[in-house]
Amino acid sequence: MADTAADMPTDIVGALRTPDGRPLKQALAQAERRARIRALVLVLPLLAFVLLTFIIPIGQMLSRSLLNDTFSANMPALTRWFDENPGAEPDEAAFEALVMDLRAAKEARTQGAVGTRINYEVPGTRSLFTKTARRADRIEPPYREAVLDVDKDWARRDLWAAMRSAAAPVTTNFYQAALDRKITPEGEFAFADKQSRIYITLFVRTFVLALAITGLCLVLGFPVAHLLAVLPMRKASLLLILVLLPFWTSLLVRTTSWMVLLQGQGVINDTLVALGVLGDENRLSLMYNQAGTIIAMTHILLPFMILPLYSVMKTIPPSYARAARSLGATSWTTFRRIYVPQTVPGIGAGAILVFILAVGYYITPALVGGATGTLISNQIAFHMQESLNWSLAAALATMLLAAVLVLYWVYDRIVGIDNMKLG
Amino acid sequence: MALPIYASPLERIWHYTYLLLCGLIFFFLIAPILVIIPLSFNAEPYFTFTRKMLTFDPEGFSLRWYDNLLTFGMLEPGAPRDESWWADVWENAAWVKAAKNSIIIGFFSTILATSLGTLAALGLSRPEMPWRKAIMAVLISPMIVPIIITATGLFFFYSATGLANSYLGVILAHATLGIPFVIITVTATLAGFDRSLVRASASLGAGPVRTFFKVQMPLITPGVVSGALFAFVTSFDEVVVVLFIGSHQQQTIPRQMWNGIREQISPSILAVATLLVIISIALLTTVELLRRRSERLRGMSPT
Repeated sequence: MADTAADMPTDIVGALRTPDGRPLKQALAQAERRARIRALVLVLPLLAFVLLTFIIPIGQMLSRSLLNDTFSANMPALTRWFDENPGAEPDEAAFEALVMDLRAAKEARTQGAVGTRINYEVPGTRSLFTKTARRADRIEPPYREAVLDVDKDWARRDLWAAMRSAAAPVTTNFYQAALDRKITPEGEFAFADKQSRIYITLFVRTFVLALAITGLCLVLGFPVAHLLAVLPMRKASLLLILVLLPFWTSLLVRTTSWMVLLQGQGVINDTLVALGVLGDENRLSLMYNQAGTIIAMTHILLPFMILPLYSVMKTIPPSYARAARSLGATSWTTFRRIYVPQTVPGIGAGAILVFILAVGYYITPALVGGATGTLISNQIAFHMQESLNWSLAAALATMLLAAVLVLYWVYDRIVGIDNMKLG
Repeated sequence: MALPIYASPLERIWHYTYLLLCGLIFFFLIAPILVIIPLSFNAEPYFTFTRKMLTFDPEGFSLRWYDNLLTFGMLEPGAPRDESWWADVWENAAWVKAAKNSIIIGFFSTILATSLGTLAALGLSRPEMPWRKAIMAVLISPMIVPIIITATGLFFFYSATGLANSYLGVILAHATLGIPFVIITVTATLAGFDRSLVRASASLGAGPVRTFFKVQMPLITPGVVSGALFAFVTSFDEVVVVLFIGSHQQQTIPRQMWNGIREQISPSILAVATLLVIISIALLTTVELLRRRSERLRGMSPT
């Protein structure tokens, strides 16, 4: 009905009326609007659900990476002094505010939290806060000298600069830390010391490893997908089970079996020693390093490469290759110039999917990666569960999320989310 | 793929090399999964084949690790195996408790994900759906966003709302993770759905609800069931979110495995892994049968 209305000249449509006397155009528009609303109503419950259990939590994480009011909430007087005296050196009033705040913090037992917050910026200063808070009740004016008597580190300019920047509840400190940068007391944006530059290295390592894994998956997946595509249906669906079974098997099971295989006393090393390829004393160290991560993750992600490749290769008619051969192309030229270009959509789909999944992997690197084979996700988990620097974890997670969303957008552009298939 | 008759010797060599390579890759895919099955019957606490196992000496094999799955965490593992012993297993054995938790959480999150997801897929596959691409992108994103990010976000959200350390919290989170799979499988099934059947049903006087249950539902059921299985497996295999937002109460099988691998690694893990492999073989078979049934059903409807 909509088509016929669109085909007619507008004035005729305007003249036509429904039996109850309304203009046809209006009635049609209303019917279409109703259909749209009906479709939307079906989706709304799920959309609301995902909003609540997924989008809002991630939004909260984003805000967590920028907001940290540990200092301003627990050190109100000093925060006020920072606000009133922008750029000033700490004077007697500042030290008085510090002592008052530390007394209150001691009552509320929050001096540890404040110390930890500053410790992120200036390592080794947490004890300064706890020690001074413990003695805060006994500190008499003049405050400046008394506080410096407790510890002369209170005169450090970088400490005061760190406190000033921590006093602002909205801070980019954690992003600076996540990029291995810091602001010097002079207000310059500089790289952190060499030994504390870990996150850039980790991001680079994550992307390099993910690229290596994607490449390996492509190299291993391409021939298999091709074989599945050219075999007769019956044989192909039998072989496809060998691809789908790993896909359906628990991730932890697959990681466990790789731990069993790769260990120093594991199946692979034992076999090699038994065959005499290796001496008993120089067993390969395949686990707790990058080799372990690459091998196990390639195995785990390989089905995600094979399945999209296979679904594209299935649709390539063999007659093109035959035509090329009959025109005198060698089999290599036929493969390179005729076959591979037709598989590019599949390569794109598989490669981006594997790369996206690899960049965010956590479990497998945590179990087989050791110190050199862990990825950015493992560092996020470390800050969430062990160092408890949640804001830094949130900042790192936000940066990873941004990278993944860009890739997701590229995937949607190239493949289209609607074309994602499972099994 | 038969080798063409005009193939040169070099091409013949390449052809067989290629088949060999494919065979090796299939071996790489499947061997790591199968290798743990015999190892789980190891009589010794080793993760490799002992000499006795290789010579098929019955002494090299045992069921002790499977037995350990039952006895681990029991109050009186040494008691005679009568009714009260089994009651003790049911109440206290760590792995049995974990299995119960996994099934409870998996069941409810699957129900939630499947019902909401199917409803949304019905809306998404209507041609008049507005902002289809954007909404689809949002609904699929839990599958794309790294699990550690989801877990981190949920941790902040749940600590603020008091859902942390509760079954409800874990169930909601797992449902979210399962939704993309339901959406993908059900929309794929609906893509081949013939809309004229709905019109035919309406023209014969059936209301939308009756049309759904009598016409659409039977045709899309295979897709819905395989979506539900995907959602269940997602929940059944999920460990990171449970680690972040669950307490000791919500100990699931993957979490128990994770602890086992990190702390007291023993071949019991391999026994669990073997059981899980058997479960996944069963699930894969079910999904394959459903897919074939769905194709047959769709083959009948004129498109």
